[in-house]
Amino acid sequence: MISLTAVYVLWLREMKRYFRAKSRILGSLAIPFFFLAFLGLGFNRMAVPGAGSINYIKYLVPGIVGMSLLFQSIFAGLSVLWDREFGFLKEIMVAPVSRVSIVLGRIAGGMTTALIQGLLVLAISFLVGFRIKSVPAVLLALLFMILVSTSFIGLGLVFASKIKDMQGYSIIMNFVVFPLFFLSGALYPLDNLPAWLRIFSYLDPLTYGVDGLRGALIGLSSRGILVDLLIMTAVSVLMVFLGAWSFDRSESA
Amino acid sequence: MDDIRVEDLTRKFGDLAAVDHVSFTVGSGELFGLLGPNGAGKTTTINMLATLLRPTSGRAEVAGFDVSRDRDRVRRAIGIVFQEPALDSQLTGRENLEFHSMMYGMGREERRARIDEVLALVELTEKAGVRVQNYSGGMKRRLEIARGLVQQPRVLFLDEPTLGLDAQTRRHIWDYIKKLNRERGVTIILTTHYMEEADYLCGRVAIMDRGAFAAIDTPGRLKDLLGGDVVSLEVEGTTGALEAELRATDWVRKIKFHEDVFSLTMEKGERRIPELIGLAQKAGVTVNSVLLRKPSLEDVFLHFTGKTIRESEASQGERNRAMMRAHRPGRGR
Repeated sequence: MISLTAVYVLWLREMKRYFRAKSRILGSLAIPFFFLAFLGLGFNRMAVPGAGSINYIKYLVPGIVGMSLLFQSIFAGLSVLWDREFGFLKEIMVAPVSRVSIVLGRIAGGMTTALIQGLLVLAISFLVGFRIKSVPAVLLALLFMILVSTSFIGLGLVFASKIKDMQGYSIIMNFVVFPLFFLSGALYPLDNLPAWLRIFSYLDPLTYGVDGLRGALIGLSSRGILVDLLIMTAVSVLMVFLGAWSFDRSESA
Repeated sequence: MDDIRVEDLTRKFGDLAAVDHVSFTVGSGELFGLLGPNGAGKTTTINMLATLLRPTSGRAEVAGFDVSRDRDRVRRAIGIVFQEPALDSQLTGRENLEFHSMMYGMGREERRARIDEVLALVELTEKAGVRVQNYSGGMKRRLEIARGLVQQPRVLFLDEPTLGLDAQTRRHIWDYIKKLNRERGVTIILTTHYMEEADYLCGRVAIMDRGAFAAIDTPGRLKDLLGGDVVSLEVEGTTGALEAELRATDWVRKIKFHEDVFSLTMEKGERRIPELIGLAQKAGVTVNSVLLRKPSLEDVFLHFTGKTIRESEASQGERNRAMMRAHRPGRGR
C-alpha cells in the first residue's frame, strides 16, 4: 500500500523547494532571532519565577525552538493549500499511489524542513550566549522536535482539508497558531497564568513539547520528560491519523 | 472495446447539477471531443473520469475500471492535461517530469528514455534545465502535454489543451494530438469551447450545454443535420417571381427572405451559385451580392441549444459563479 518511491519523491520535492527559496529560510530565521535578541536580552536580568538560578535567555531558547517548529510545521501542513492554489495538487492526486503515501511524503518533507529550522534556531541561540549541554541532550531534543513537528503537520493537514482558500490561511494563523504559541509556556512559566487560562494551556500540545525541549536542553521540566514524551507521542500519532484521514476525504479538483 | 463507458453520470454542487445524467461511450483509439461553453460541465465530467471528483450518482468506467471503486487502476491507465497549469514552478521542466514518472513507478533507465523522448516531442529539450517559473505560457502547456504522455497512457484526457495559446502554438499542439492518436492509438478525450478545434481534431463530438449532452456524433454528420450550406443572395427588384421559381426547384431545401436577402439552404452550394444567378436574371431580379456559408459546429450548437456558444456563456455566468462558490470558495477564474 505504501509506495516508498512516492514518499521519497514527495520528500525530495519539498527539499528542492526549501533550499531554492533561500530568502525564505533567512526570513523564517528573522523572527526567532528577534525574539531571542530583544525578549531574551531585555528580560535577561529578571528572575524567572520557579526557574531558580536559570536566566531568561536560557529559559527562552527551548520556547523559541518550539515556536519555530510550530510555525514551520503548520506551514508545511497547509502547503497543500498552495499546491491547490497553483494547481499542482491535482498532479499529485491523479498519480496512482495510495493517499497514505502522499500524506507520509508530505510529513517526511515537512518534518525535515522543521528539524532544519529547529537546529538553525539552536545555532542562532549560540549568538546570544546559549550553550548546549551534551550530545545526548541534543538527541533528546531532536526527538521532541520530531514529535512536535509531526503533530502540527497533522493539524495543518486537517485545516488544509477543511479550508479551501488563502483567506482561511490567515484566520488559522491568527486564531489558532498564535494562541497555541502564547498558551504553550514558550515565553514564561505557566504558573503565572490565572487558573482558568491554564486549562487551555494544558490542552495545547505545544505545552508538552516546549516543556520536553526545556527538560532536554536546560534540565528544567515542570512535568518530567517522560510524561511529556508520552503525551507528545500520543498526540503526534493521533494528529497524523487525523490529518491523513481528512486529507483522504477531501476532493482535490 | 470501449475505453470509456458512462451511464447516467451526475455531479451536483449544492443544488446545482454541474453534470446531469450524462451517458456515452468512447471506443478504444477514438479522438472524442466535449464541446460546449465554459460552465457546461466538461471539466467536471473529465475530473470524475480522472478520479479527482466523486460522482453524485451514476457510473463511469475508464479502461474497464470503475472510477469510484477501482481508482488506482483507473489512475494507472490514464494521463491528463489540466485546464489550469499544474506544474511546480520552483522545479525545472525535467524535474517536473522526473517527479511525475517516479510517481508512476518507472525505473531510472526507462524514466530517462521516456523523458528525453517526450521533451523532444514538444521541442523543450533545450529548456529542460530551466525552472518552470521562467517558461512562457506556451512552453508550460507543451510541458504539461509532455507530462501527460510520459507514462504512455491508454487514455489521455486533455482539458482545453490550447486555451490561451497563440495560433502557431495551437496548430503545433493540434498536430501532436492528431499524431499521437493516429500513430500510437491513444484514446483521447478532449474538451474545448473552440468550434474549429473540435471540428479539426475530433472523430466524434458531444455537444454539451448546461450539464447535459445536446447531441453526439461525427462533426460531419452533425453539420449535415442542418441540411447543407446556406447561400445568401442580396437582391434588388420585384422578388415574387424569383421566390416562386426557387420554391419550384427540388434542390433548395429551405427558403427565407428577410430585408432583400434570400437565405437558401442546399447541398454543395458552390455548384449551385451560377444556376441561382441564372434564375434571378430570368425573373428580372438584380443580384447585388452572393455569400456562401458552409455550416460550422457553431451553427450546430445554435441548432441544438437555440443559442450561440457566446450567448450561452454569458447567460451561464451566474451558474458558473454558483458552481465556483459551491466547489471551491474564493477561487474565480
